[in-house]
Amino acid sequence: MMALSLEKHKMPEQDPKVRAHNFNEVALGYDEETAVAEAERCLTCKVPQCRKGCPVGVNIPEFIAKIKTRDFDGAISKIKESNALPAVCGRVCPQENQCEKYCILGKKGEPVGIGRLERFAADREMAQNKEVKPIDYAPDAQKVAVIGAGPAGLSCAGDLARKGYRVTIFEALHTAGGVLSYGIPEFRLPKDAIVKKEIANLEKMGVKIEVDAVVGQLYTIDELMEEEGFDAVFVGTGAGLPHFMNIPGENLNGVYSANEFLTRCNLMKAYRFPEYATPIRVGNSVAVVGGGNVAMDAARTALRLGAEHVYIVYRRGEEELPARKEEVHHAKEEGIDFQLLNNPVEVMGDDKGWVRALKCIRMELGEPDESGRRSPKAVPGSEFELAVDTVVMAIGQGPNPIVASTTPGMDTNKRGNIIADEETCATTKPGVFAGGDIVTGAATVILAMGAGKKAAAAIDEYLKKKRGA
Amino acid sequence: MRAKVLRKELLSEGVYRFDVDAPRLAKKTQPGQFIILRVNEEGERIPLTVADFDREKGIITIIFQVVGASTELLASLEEGDEILDFVGPLGKKSEIEPGLGTVVCIGGGIGVAPIHPIARGLHEAGNKVISILGARSKDLIIMEKELRAASDEVIITTDDGSYGIEGFVTAALEQLVDYGEKIDLVYAIGPVVMMKSVADATRPMGIKTIVSLNPIMVDGTGMCGGCRVQVGSETKFACVDGPEFDAHLVDFVGLRERQAMYRDQEAEGKDHICRIGLGRGA
Repeated sequence: MMALSLEKHKMPEQDPKVRAHNFNEVALGYDEETAVAEAERCLTCKVPQCRKGCPVGVNIPEFIAKIKTRDFDGAISKIKESNALPAVCGRVCPQENQCEKYCILGKKGEPVGIGRLERFAADREMAQNKEVKPIDYAPDAQKVAVIGAGPAGLSCAGDLARKGYRVTIFEALHTAGGVLSYGIPEFRLPKDAIVKKEIANLEKMGVKIEVDAVVGQLYTIDELMEEEGFDAVFVGTGAGLPHFMNIPGENLNGVYSANEFLTRCNLMKAYRFPEYATPIRVGNSVAVVGGGNVAMDAARTALRLGAEHVYIVYRRGEEELPARKEEVHHAKEEGIDFQLLNNPVEVMGDDKGWVRALKCIRMELGEPDESGRRSPKAVPGSEFELAVDTVVMAIGQGPNPIVASTTPGMDTNKRGNIIADEETCATTKPGVFAGGDIVTGAATVILAMGAGKKAAAAIDEYLKKKRGA
Repeated sequence: MRAKVLRKELLSEGVYRFDVDAPRLAKKTQPGQFIILRVNEEGERIPLTVADFDREKGIITIIFQVVGASTELLASLEEGDEILDFVGPLGKKSEIEPGLGTVVCIGGGIGVAPIHPIARGLHEAGNKVISILGARSKDLIIMEKELRAASDEVIITTDDGSYGIEGFVTAALEQLVDYGEKIDLVYAIGPVVMMKSVADATRPMGIKTIVSLNPIMVDGTGMCGGCRVQVGSETKFACVDGPEFDAHLVDFVGLRERQAMYRDQEAEGKDHICRIGLGRGA
């Protein structure tokens, strides 16, 4: 037997110098030979650990075994038993903290590239444009309303449809996908090639998607249940309310929330202005405040929109960056300037109300706090100005209150997150379930999908009881 | 959802009225709320305050002024054409109740349109409604008939004196006060400078004044934060916290600056020269 490589097969990528100026996908994906070779690194453990790291419980060892034997159709079927959006998850899941974290190969070298293999299987199937069979609904099939067409809602809807429920997803924006459409950039997750196709497949199965429908305004949940005939409701409205720092100057022209910056670019396609009518303003120098994946996305987007200099301003150090290592690595390769251990204290404006600089103060790390992270402390007198034209605040999002505030009986906690049972996603209102970021606060695509799945199972149980089965 | 233009009318130069087939929206819309529309796949999301709603016929009426490429595209639609996306109702409704007393509803330019359902609501609730409609000249006064039906009294002002009182809406307001009218509440909707002038006029008189703001926004549901506006010591999102705010607390200077954010790009996107000095539809 050949000695096992300690490293994953390299992911082919666009050259950093080239990709920093285009919106095409950065990672190009494995070809068949590379995928089979990577699959062969899997040791087929007797007691596989990888699967316990997957929030939706994909049967990882079996799908990898099928890739080994070149049964690629079998591999994607196996994945789809548990995951409705594999082409998405193969791209944006933080595998290093999930499945791959538990891979035994990771103890001595790099784990199996599980995410890359998942993406390979999903992309290969997608390229074949297979027919999706519509579901044969019973004439008296019960109806479920899903609020929000993001990862939680899509996975919940897919599972419920497969169980024979008639599902309508209500989406506030004009395009389904939630963060997959408005948030994650094209160069990480292609919209037409991947997101739209995955969603179209759900629609072909029979899931209805009503876009431009702001639940809480156009319909309340009570109206959906009492007047529109829905037997149960799943709320997956995400973390849609951008946070700002509440420092002086944040309302100057040139200050964006990451949500707005990314929405203009991804959803409204401002990067193709004026062909698309929505403008975006980038300027020459951009400071993105924050250290998570959203901050990396915003910084790399700014670069592609033509900014000459893009800073990441983060108050802690490199080790504490919450973004995936791969994203940080990609950002650095492309030339993003990391200003770590710096905290903004004021956005400075010119006399016409435009940003001219971001005033920061240097930070140093103190003793670890209760969460185990070393807490940053300002160094007195160390303020300095970073000359920038644009500031993007990527410091997190909270729950959007529109649905909760119009749904009596559905309780929220003091942060505004909907209170839901961890196992069943049941809220305090009978027949109403909730999951994803609206319950947990901003987290990941796959955790939201996991919640959607759990909710689908619980809604199935609830509706079985309701119909007396 | 898609929505068909049932009726199109040119009200004055560059100002159009569309009656749009949107039964579900018409059923739910309340005075003070707005919609967002997108004409086609490449289009911007344009926020417009509702000028009228007819629950029985299922119609939402919007009135807009051609101020750039996007409103020009909207104006190019004909009766029978569909608007690709028509979203709403958005924002909070006006706080309309009986017993508010005498309310002066001021509409400047096409700000008369959004003032209309508010005036009607206040009037139907039994309040005394005096409406002041202002424009540059007579042919730019819109919805006079509708406002007359929704008010106890209507006062017209024009900058050039071609109709009604010569001067700004604030002149009419001050006249009312001079004549001894006891005003309990003022609603003012129009260009930012007009709303600021009204706020400056009513502040020393101690008359509660409400304005409806239409800053730049994308989604209209609280997601982007682009519509943030300083109100007193707080930053508010006009789309979900408003669009109506206490005029005496709004930072109009900041609002005006933010509305100019894309002026350069808009000029670049379309060689359209705004002849009326506006950056965006009201």
